[in-house]
Amino acid sequence: MMHECTCNPGYMRDTLIPQVGIITDIREETPDVKTFRVNAPGGGKLFEHMPGQCAMVCLPGVSEAMFSITSSPTNKEYQEFSIKRCGQLTDQLHTLQVGDEILVRGPYGNHFPVETALKGQNLLFIAGGIGLAPLRSVINYVLDNRENYGTVDILYGSRSADDLVQRKEIEEVWSKAPGVNVHLTIDREQEGWDGHVGFVPSYLKELNFDTNKVALLCGPPIMIKFCLQGLKELGFSNEQVYTTLELRMKCGVGKCGRCNIGTKYVCKDGPVFRFDEIDELPNEY
Amino acid sequence: MYRIAKTDIPSLLAAIAAKGDLYLPVNTAGKTNFDAWSEDANVDLDTLKTVRSGKDIFFPQSENLYSCNRTDGKLSVTAAELEDKDFVVFGMKACDVRGLAVLDQVFLSDPVDSYYAARREHGTIVSLACSKPDTSCFCHAFGIDCANPEGDVATWFAGEYLYWLPKTEKGEALTAAVSSLLESTDEKAVEEAKASIRAIQEKLPLKDLSLDGWGAEAAKTKFDSPLWEQLYKPCLACGTCTFVCPTCQCYDIKDYNTGSGVQRLRCWDSCMYSDFTMMAHGNNRTSQMQRFRQRFMHKLAYFPANNGGMFSCVGCGRCVDKCPTHLNIVKVIKAFEKEGK
Repeated sequence: MMHECTCNPGYMRDTLIPQVGIITDIREETPDVKTFRVNAPGGGKLFEHMPGQCAMVCLPGVSEAMFSITSSPTNKEYQEFSIKRCGQLTDQLHTLQVGDEILVRGPYGNHFPVETALKGQNLLFIAGGIGLAPLRSVINYVLDNRENYGTVDILYGSRSADDLVQRKEIEEVWSKAPGVNVHLTIDREQEGWDGHVGFVPSYLKELNFDTNKVALLCGPPIMIKFCLQGLKELGFSNEQVYTTLELRMKCGVGKCGRCNIGTKYVCKDGPVFRFDEIDELPNEY
Repeated sequence: MYRIAKTDIPSLLAAIAAKGDLYLPVNTAGKTNFDAWSEDANVDLDTLKTVRSGKDIFFPQSENLYSCNRTDGKLSVTAAELEDKDFVVFGMKACDVRGLAVLDQVFLSDPVDSYYAARREHGTIVSLACSKPDTSCFCHAFGIDCANPEGDVATWFAGEYLYWLPKTEKGEALTAAVSSLLESTDEKAVEEAKASIRAIQEKLPLKDLSLDGWGAEAAKTKFDSPLWEQLYKPCLACGTCTFVCPTCQCYDIKDYNTGSGVQRLRCWDSCMYSDFTMMAHGNNRTSQMQRFRQRFMHKLAYFPANNGGMFSCVGCGRCVDKCPTHLNIVKVIKAFEKEGK
């Protein structure tokens, strides 16, 4: 039961108090990535969000951590989280079954400017590995509001063909959508793969995109570094490139101090930043 | 202005405690800290600085945010009760009262932290002027006047009396509740007490400490200074400075298994610890130099940049007194001043 303070009804529900969510679907994307579908126990969504926003997912007795919401807000039925198994909490999350309950609080943070700066623009999505998770929310938002955006290029790479997440959606939905070009790549040759082979940054240069675009970039730090370099070589400015930052978080509301870099808190001022904003930050991310 | 004879202070405290909880400096095992009043408590209003600042009355070292139970696979969440009873904190010094104003910027900004807000709402602060500020004090560098503290009621020791001045509505209400013990008087004795405190301040070693060059603009200018590499070296990463600090508010959220359920605890944490920023994905501050720099840049540059110039330091000097390697914010400020950077 939520407590209401008699002197200030505004205190009703603290942002640190989670809601109960129920897992209604689990897709095994890759050997170490699963996508969890979450609903409110009575059905429907736990909350509304915007593309790029995150939520705290908690397993009581284990811990909680911030994950990007990979489903688009245009999906009216549920939220999804694509989670890579790489630590204490994510190991436990990967043991969950459909019907299990978890705790979720959020959404937190800012979002990609889908209704402002990105509107009317040609879009270039660049993702590596699990870095597709936050961008997938934007991609599906854009595809569901297709008339508001120009051309869409999706450059996505991973270690191997088995490590490409959302492969079914990429092949059956994105690749067939009007005005969308999907460019997939994997790091090394692999039997049964006749697509491009090579790292994302070098494929980016090969593809030689014109600069009449806004780029949205997500992936491991090393990929981001070289992709940004590649984009600059192609003539993109910092103001044309967005990314998300990922730092340790506990509260999600800019108070616990963990994700502070410079004057920003990644949980509340981010996770989405334009590169000219990142340039203003101390190099601690 | 009111006053009460020092010998009647026990009656005053008992009268306040009769209305609700009272927290004040209590000496236990040779250390003075804020603690709940009881008739046999060893109340100590003479020690200048409590070991800890008293921030824990509003932001406890650990507190339960909510409990979670699992019954037949179904989770239920019960939020912890918020403070709903009025209480009084007696004897906070000017620096610590300002420390709460710093915490207010964090916890009362949107979204409001309801646990902290409820305690602030229900707490009445009776501050106490510092009769003898000490060599590690530098509150004046932050515009704090230890001779004239903020608070709901300000008090001063002068001669054989404690002088009492309500400053807010809450202070007036508390004054009304204990009015039978107070007598009206003029300001003369308090003005003399203030003059004597300021005379002591004039002789303190840190009286000229200057924050020139710090504040919002330092966020850009000081991060890359080579001085950090020299300054941090003695730091043991023990976190003592953050635990005694009235303004440090970094916290951790942890699960505690009670056997029948889980309590979600909020606990003080420290940016000086190596696992503070560590996650499965990596750690963005891997060296103690980076963590040390973060603490001071946050207090003296980032926080002021986000809070209208307000520093996240109140010059209480506890870190100066307590650091096992004599490393502190004053050394940092002076080192940068010396380099003119």
